[in-house]
Amino acid sequence: MSNEATIHGHDGAHDTHSAEGHHGHEHHEQHFIWKYIFSQDHKVISKQFLVTGIIWAVIGAFFSLVFRLQLGFPDSTFPWMEKILGEWAKGGKLTPEFYYALITMHGTILVFFVLTAGLSGTFANFLIPLQVGARDMASPFMNMLSYWFFFASSILMFISLFVQTGPASGGWTSYPPLSALKEASLGSGIGMDLWIMSMALFVVSSLLGGLNYISTVLNMRTKGMTMTRLPLTVWALFFTAVLGVLSFPVLFSGFILLIFDRNFGTSFYLSEIFVNGKALPHIGGSAILYQHLFWFLGHPEVYIIMLPGMGMASEVISVNSRKPIFGYLAMVVSLISISLLAFLVWAHHMFVTGMSPFLGSIFVLLTLLIAVPSAVKVFNWLTTIWKGNLRFNPPMMFAIGFVSLFISGGLTGIFLGNSALDIHLHDTYFVIAHFHIVMGVSAFFGMFAGIYHWFPKMFGRFMNNTLGYIHFFITIAGAYLIFWPMHYEGLAGMPRRYYDYSAWESFKQFTELNAFISIVAAVVFFAQFIFIINFFVSIWRGRKVTSMNPWGATTLEWTTPIRPGHGNWEGEIPEVHRWAYDYKDDGHGGDFIPQTVPLKPGEQDGH
Amino acid sequence: MSGFITIALLLLVFIIIYQVAKASEYASVIRGEEKVKAQTNRTMAWLLVIFFVLGLYGIYKCHIALVDKLLPVAASEQGAAYDSMFNVTLIVTGIVFFLTQTLLFWFAFRYQSTEKRTSFYFPHNNKLELLWTTVPAIAMAILVAIGLKNWMNFTSPAPQNAMVVEIVGKQFNWLVRYPGADGVLGKRDFRKIDDANNVLGLDWKEKENKDDIIAQNGELHLVVNKPVKLLIGSRDVIHDVGLPHFRMKMDAVPGILTTMWFTPRYTTAEMKKITGNDNFVYEISCDQMCGKGHYSMRGTVIVQTQAEYDAWMMTQKSYYSTVNGADAAPAAPAAKTDSVKAISMK
Repeated sequence: MSNEATIHGHDGAHDTHSAEGHHGHEHHEQHFIWKYIFSQDHKVISKQFLVTGIIWAVIGAFFSLVFRLQLGFPDSTFPWMEKILGEWAKGGKLTPEFYYALITMHGTILVFFVLTAGLSGTFANFLIPLQVGARDMASPFMNMLSYWFFFASSILMFISLFVQTGPASGGWTSYPPLSALKEASLGSGIGMDLWIMSMALFVVSSLLGGLNYISTVLNMRTKGMTMTRLPLTVWALFFTAVLGVLSFPVLFSGFILLIFDRNFGTSFYLSEIFVNGKALPHIGGSAILYQHLFWFLGHPEVYIIMLPGMGMASEVISVNSRKPIFGYLAMVVSLISISLLAFLVWAHHMFVTGMSPFLGSIFVLLTLLIAVPSAVKVFNWLTTIWKGNLRFNPPMMFAIGFVSLFISGGLTGIFLGNSALDIHLHDTYFVIAHFHIVMGVSAFFGMFAGIYHWFPKMFGRFMNNTLGYIHFFITIAGAYLIFWPMHYEGLAGMPRRYYDYSAWESFKQFTELNAFISIVAAVVFFAQFIFIINFFVSIWRGRKVTSMNPWGATTLEWTTPIRPGHGNWEGEIPEVHRWAYDYKDDGHGGDFIPQTVPLKPGEQDGH
Repeated sequence: MSGFITIALLLLVFIIIYQVAKASEYASVIRGEEKVKAQTNRTMAWLLVIFFVLGLYGIYKCHIALVDKLLPVAASEQGAAYDSMFNVTLIVTGIVFFLTQTLLFWFAFRYQSTEKRTSFYFPHNNKLELLWTTVPAIAMAILVAIGLKNWMNFTSPAPQNAMVVEIVGKQFNWLVRYPGADGVLGKRDFRKIDDANNVLGLDWKEKENKDDIIAQNGELHLVVNKPVKLLIGSRDVIHDVGLPHFRMKMDAVPGILTTMWFTPRYTTAEMKKITGNDNFVYEISCDQMCGKGHYSMRGTVIVQTQAEYDAWMMTQKSYYSTVNGADAAPAAPAAKTDSVKAISMK
């Protein structure tokens, strides 16, 4: 049983019970269900998160394809849409109700299910134990629950797509009163109930996972693995978990109040409303309260999405530049300051809600402060590749793409974070362009870099490089072609979340551009199947990994067997003697020194 | 059927791409992996540079193609300040953008792996870290200072001589209320709302309400060069008064009164000349998702000279007289409307 392995997973346990040390390797006899479905092995759970994330990504991206067709070709009809959407696309034309349902689901799925669960669920699970030198998570059972709560949450969200009144359609932010009143919108009926329940389960999943990641990093590092010897991936995933644990409960409380307002007649968010021909009894609530609670998660959430990519890009860039990451401590300090500031900037999403201008100005200051640690990170990445010896394998390409997109998307944040400029840009396509580049595509690039880089560790095989390069160039060129022109639309005031612009004198001039963007979006969507096919076929057919450390990396995961079992290391867990980025002459013609190699006499550790 | 064929074709394309890619993998083994790797590395370094150059060209083409479609000159005094601040920010971020992207792609090309190259062991340098901590911090401080100066101006109390108009959002149109001859907007109560004869729930016991004028066609009439303070409300869900030409925006929240003020600089007629577009019209867009008709929640602003505005106002009937028949209280706003005092809603 895997419990055996669990026991041995605890640091120290294998010392005290060294006589039983071999029990940990007996679970190849485990039943399929316990090994692959209700598994407590962090590596299997990580793959479960990844595959579920990929499935959701396809669904979420497909939704964007459908609503982009409406935006790009508002006068055309698409008979195939009626076949799959039925009443929602009568005559092949999307209804406005379902258009809004699609954008809501696209946002919810991509932000939460793909770029939170699919990203940190995959890599925190996979990398933390392997890179800190632990046999498994602090609590493998909670870790398993974390996945299955996510699974249950996924099922509820999936069911909500098929209810008669349609899924939630108030935007991924679900602002009340729109989301609270069944009378105000079709999607605020049962679809919204399912959305809230699904999200509540998602919060549970995220907390179970996050607590595990934090305690594993703090308590289960192998001998010699001081905090300052941790790879930056672990630092980044650690702060991601801290952000989630501190902010998701606030979102949860916001949802609880919303449930009360929806079902039990309370007035937390509702006041003085006349809808559907009658005045409602609610008085005294504040619709803005919800926005404070939502964005108190919502903003840290942005960094929950960004930080894993930052960590993985740092690692991949360093490995493939054959050069230590520049300014390791500065990278860690900038992660800390980004995480701290993440909690102090939420109201920059609310500059035009009518909140106190004085309060607004404080949030301007704190928001623009984030530009400083972000700039430090960018310059450190640039200095890392400076005078390196760069290998352009697919993970490195995606890591470079990550930096490029992070710069492009980060700089437009300086416009939006400055309240005086936000007045005009708020809720326009400028915002769409900004966050899609920086936390959409850029975070995806971090994720792709991670997948291509650690695929050999996950499955013992390589992904195909040629397909990886094709995937990279189509995606980065497509991302810029889609989102760069959107800045112009936003500057012209074109509002987001519109179903059709043809009645607007100020915005109808962008018809051709919208069609162009939609076509590119379709190409990029189909190009992702190159990745998906590459991923799934390579699991069984990819070129086999023949050496333990194919990238020549210093970190601990590459000291495990090519296909590590539950427990990760055969025998003792290796001891760590140096920092994670010793890419230098090892004295025998090699250009790196693994963390497990003792310091030479007189040699200084690291950074 | 055609659906199946399309899917089958797509699948076939992917299989072919996959097989070609797989073949290249085998070929590389035959030709000697190290050699192929070095070759691929060179190719990728070149492709990154080509991507960068094409990208710069694309940015240029995109700008040329779209710059004319941006909004015309800012139509409010606040908007003019907005535009200059925008330009400063664009210059600062533009410099950083081109500098960092150039370095990124240049370093990638310049330091591509070769046989001879060994990487330079350079783990940290405090002077450099200090440099790129302080320089961005100073740049941000400047942008924050400019931003807050404008923000304070935009959100300062409206001038005493500002005209006051109320604009209320509902699913899915705008209701505009002018104070009428007495210059005062009377109290309203959402419980008195009736779509047939009291769209804003005006309290008819209040005499200030009886001369108020309500435009239900979403038209907001303003006077050029005269500050206007909008009292913004909502009947049902959150809406947002978006005025792109004036560079202004404010949410309409049920149960909470929000305000904004600005000074229009050009009449609609002048703007038609400036843009050379006879159909030009200032538009009010709802900028906060409000339900299925969100995209159609359109209002217009008509900026006029004082004389035109007064003439228009003379033709308006009070809402009270409209819903209670012609014999009800006299509507005609006898007093000159420019004497409307800035009195916020009671």
